[in-house]
Amino acid sequence: MQIHDKPHEHSHSYGAYILVWLALMALTAITVAVAGMNIGRFTVATALIIASFKAYLVLTVFMHLRSETKTFVVFVIVALLFLGISFVLLFSDYSFH
Amino acid sequence: MSSTEHIAGTHVHRDDVGSRMGMWLFLFTELILFGGMFLLYSVYRFQYADEFHLAAKELNTIMGAFNTAVLLTSSLTMVLAIIAIQRDQKTLSILLQLITIFFAIFFLVNKYFEWTAKFHHGIYPGSEELLSKSSGEILFYGLYYVMTGLHGIHVIVGMFLIAVMTRMTRKDIITKDSYVRLENAGLYWHLVDIIWIFLFPLFYLIT
Repeated sequence: MQIHDKPHEHSHSYGAYILVWLALMALTAITVAVAGMNIGRFTVATALIIASFKAYLVLTVFMHLRSETKTFVVFVIVALLFLGISFVLLFSDYSFH
Repeated sequence: MSSTEHIAGTHVHRDDVGSRMGMWLFLFTELILFGGMFLLYSVYRFQYADEFHLAAKELNTIMGAFNTAVLLTSSLTMVLAIIAIQRDQKTLSILLQLITIFFAIFFLVNKYFEWTAKFHHGIYPGSEELLSKSSGEILFYGLYYVMTGLHGIHVIVGMFLIAVMTRMTRKDIITKDSYVRLENAGLYWHLVDIIWIFLFPLFYLIT
């Protein structure tokens, strides 16, 4: 029997991380398989959605964003938002050339 | 006055949350650095879609997928090294950190073979073989070398960073009660992993 030490800190179990790693490996296999299937213009979208989901898993679980305070989450969202704005502005400029 | 002296002995002057937040702020600058390159990539890919598809056929998908697996696994061993130190399992933590470094070297060796194979086919920046191709293909390989090269530099930096952490763990500077340095090195390492998660499908999987 184990005593629960500091549950408010990061989860201390190895198993959860190994599960997430397995999910990441499976997603890698899926993205390779999908790319070989030749589904035309959906290929890029599928690859990016899978990559984003993998990045989400790494951010929340491996980088412990889940157990950090709200401030960290807001920081990350703002940073990603600005990157998103750059993409939107760039492509709106590009499409009117 | 005497009461402050009394407190000073027991109070540890440390801010782990602030330390991690500083690391995250640094990671955002990395996001902008690579983000700019992804912007460049997206515009050129949009402009030269067919040439990009043609050029990407030359890349070894299996090698890319294998390296993805290597980096993902190294991320796992890194995070497990932190849990090990939290549980006061020093030897296990050091072992896991060394495995992470091993995977980093493994990744770089694969990259080395991949690049030299390209060089043998005459595909490197400024080569006659490459310059005779269409401009879209030249751009694809330009982006390929710059982006995977910059990522490779990050792998090397991360590897040395983890090596320093291993030394600190060995010398009991990183302990069960003070492991924020190891966490920050881990954050850097996971960011390097995330960048590769996007580089892999964008360069290797567009055939």
